[in-house]
Amino acid sequence: MKNKILIILLLFFLSFCFFVLFKSLQSSSIYVPEKEEDRKLSEFVSEDLFTKKKITSSEIFQGSDYYILNIWASWCAPCREEHPQLMELSKNPSIKLIGLNYKDDPKKAKNFLEKLGNPFSITITDKSGIVSIEFGGYGIPETFLINKDKKIIKTFIGNLTDDSVNQINSIIK
Amino acid sequence: MLANHIGHYSLIMGLLTSILIFFLSLKSYKLKIIDKRIFSISFLQLFFVLVSFASLVICFVISDFSNETVFNNSHSNKPILYKISGTWGNHEGSLLLWLLVLVLFLFLFLINSKNELKRYRILTITFQQVIIIGFFLFVLITSNPFNYLFPRPNEGLGLNPILQDPALAIHPPILYVGYVGSSLIFSATLAAVIENYISKDWAKNIKTWILISWIFLTIGIMVGSIWAYYELGWGGFWFWDPVENVSLMPWICLTALLHCVLVLEKRELLKSWTIILSIATFTLSMCGTFLVRSGILNSVHTFANDPSRGLFILCFLFFLITISLIIFFVYNNEKQKNFKKIYFFSKEVSILVNNWFLMYFLSVVFIGTLYPIFLEVLVENKISVGPPFYIKLIVPFLIFFLIFMSIGPNLKWIKETNVKNKIQLIIFFFISLLVSLLIYKNIGETNLINIFLIAASFYLFIVTIRDLFSKESYNFSKKISHFGFSLLILSILLNAILSSEKIINLKVGEKFTFKNEKIFFKSIENNQKENYKSVIGHFTIQDDKNNIFLFKPELRIYDQPLVVTSEADIKTTLLKDKFLVMNAIKGNEYFNVRYQVKPFMIWIWISTLLLAIGGFLSLYKRVHEK
Amino acid sequence: MKLFKIFFILAFILNSFSTSFAEKNDQLTIKISKNLRCVICQGQSIYDSQSEFAVSMKLLIKKKIEQGLSENEIYEFLIDKYGEWIVYDTGFNKNTFILWALPVLLFFLGGAIILKKLVFRKN
Repeated sequence: MKNKILIILLLFFLSFCFFVLFKSLQSSSIYVPEKEEDRKLSEFVSEDLFTKKKITSSEIFQGSDYYILNIWASWCAPCREEHPQLMELSKNPSIKLIGLNYKDDPKKAKNFLEKLGNPFSITITDKSGIVSIEFGGYGIPETFLINKDKKIIKTFIGNLTDDSVNQINSIIK
Repeated sequence: MLANHIGHYSLIMGLLTSILIFFLSLKSYKLKIIDKRIFSISFLQLFFVLVSFASLVICFVISDFSNETVFNNSHSNKPILYKISGTWGNHEGSLLLWLLVLVLFLFLFLINSKNELKRYRILTITFQQVIIIGFFLFVLITSNPFNYLFPRPNEGLGLNPILQDPALAIHPPILYVGYVGSSLIFSATLAAVIENYISKDWAKNIKTWILISWIFLTIGIMVGSIWAYYELGWGGFWFWDPVENVSLMPWICLTALLHCVLVLEKRELLKSWTIILSIATFTLSMCGTFLVRSGILNSVHTFANDPSRGLFILCFLFFLITISLIIFFVYNNEKQKNFKKIYFFSKEVSILVNNWFLMYFLSVVFIGTLYPIFLEVLVENKISVGPPFYIKLIVPFLIFFLIFMSIGPNLKWIKETNVKNKIQLIIFFFISLLVSLLIYKNIGETNLINIFLIAASFYLFIVTIRDLFSKESYNFSKKISHFGFSLLILSILLNAILSSEKIINLKVGEKFTFKNEKIFFKSIENNQKENYKSVIGHFTIQDDKNNIFLFKPELRIYDQPLVVTSEADIKTTLLKDKFLVMNAIKGNEYFNVRYQVKPFMIWIWISTLLLAIGGFLSLYKRVHEK
Repeated sequence: MKLFKIFFILAFILNSFSTSFAEKNDQLTIKISKNLRCVICQGQSIYDSQSEFAVSMKLLIKKKIEQGLSENEIYEFLIDKYGEWIVYDTGFNKNTFILWALPVLLFFLGGAIILKKLVFRKN
């Protein structure tokens, strides 16, 4: 009798393990950071790409209803692909676009913007990669939609597509 | 081309012989005789798998890129050694190797078990064939190493450069012998349970197989660690990475079994427990294969993720577990008929305590490895379980384990009436406590648990040294292994506490001082090698006695596939390793330089070798006695 | 003269204090980076990884320490950005209490079984 209960319990436990492992097989084991909605920005100081002046985060994020911060670099191929989308977003007057130039040579970065057009109202530099971590960024390109209260309301990992532009527009409305 | 086809067909033939043997052995079991054909067919099976494996090796050596496995994992300008080792450096090839070892073990068992019970032999063959058939199907259905590519590509994709290393070339085969060896223990145990043959004789015979498995597993893990030390890690050798844990679990279980089977051999006790441990060891090996091969784990040692493979092994794993459970509950009836007295102060109880602690360590590693998977599925919360968890849970218990280990092995079987050298043991204990206090005073750290841990490991160290030179007991292999273990723990500990390091960004011509050594970055040298570009940094290190050492850490930029690896330069002496490694910083003339002084590093490897040597001596004695 | 001596000693102490302070920061950076998992090379710690991300992260840790954040505050800051996953040392909370307690429970269960068997046999 005691044995029987033990066997049933064991079988139950085994099928439970099987179920869990089976489930876990279906999902990828690679971790994508879980971005909580409404994360507050942390304060930071950075440098303007063109004027080379120090600029604080409170100076950057003022005077607009929505901000988009885009992490990019001239050496990153997908950044080139998403450039048209950024140009399109820059036409929207209720968004202020901020470029975060990640670990880049300033000359090449300026060249990049001259050739393809500059969608950003401010471009700040991040030579050491620290500012991008302050945002919780981990890949490049990565784009953050930030609202008036300086909270990140949406994150796009990888290059922007037309679909993500539509998403942004629908959030802003 | 040709080799590819030969390999494929002989693999299929191998499966057919397997099925044939399975039915023949079932028939023989009914008729209670041994069908002689089983031997010849087993030999044939070994031949087929060997041919299949050899043809894959040939495919790799001649760089036949019409073979998909070769295409994915090799490149024509790779050195010949790594072309060969590339055979088992990938999923498909490594499974073929696994299969080869499975078949080989069965064959060895067949020719070495002539004096055993007929039906027990037959049943062992049957169970082993079930496992073999499972793996044949697995290889043929989900991961065929002989997939044909048309049109034939001109060049392969290349082997991951960090795998192009002599240590890693021999690591998988050695580890696999250890892993797969446990399959034979599993089959033999199930057969013995059904035949009611769990006895002294059986214990004596099975111990040979346990020892073989254990020796190879020990060495395999060690080689992997050495590789991680100089190639992967930045001075670390054990990262508590899931894939490493997966190899540690069968080792712990096997170690427990190795001790437990002694009790069975000497006193015919702990029958059920021996059975459970045998089953658990192989289950853990399989579980490890599942975890590693399915890509379910997130690890440094990344392997291709293919859910269908994972599903197959998962089903097979649970099939084996269920079968063994059924057999265990139906056939095993260890009744309380043998009312043998057990005394508290006896060797059997001390082995029981050893098993108790080992099982605890096993459960820590097991739960730590699997918990994140369960948590993610059940509550969708992703966490990481890393070194702090294992250290915090293992260390406090390790202290007691070490103390038990210094007393237990010297107790007598059945009953110890008079613990010898009590005073000596107590004196030893105080000496080691004193030593640990001294060590800690010099470093200036004050962590109570660490003081006790050092004391306990030092205690074990003294006691095992004393045993090593005492003439009382003749069991030299045990003494060597136990001494090796105490040395291992002690050197790991001292290494962890006394290591020091400095990380700094340097460019050519700059220098820095670390403690009383001056490190100078002299120059840089660029070379083009066969399949990589090499950047060698020349460093001089001047110690306080004005001895100058030259260090040449290297950066290798492989182009097929494009990967940059850092080769550390390590100067090893008996007392400490000096470890210098550098890394390029993007878009910058600076290099990230890491200099480490790691005391007693070499003793970690020596002591692991001693552990294995102890096992080997015991094996030698056993084979010789026969 | 005495004043000068005291000043000298004080300066010496302060000097040694400040160097050891920098040393301490270095050690703390190493300690923290060993306990953080790299998001790019996911099997490695920030300490072991040489990815761009890990290099930046080490700089960030150093900066945060210099700003006066404690070890735990840095973890909290990063957990807020990247999720609990990034820290190797999972604290004791509602998600992990089973993880910490289960092995210890098993240990005592095992002990109880062994004791029971021994005592039972004696009777």
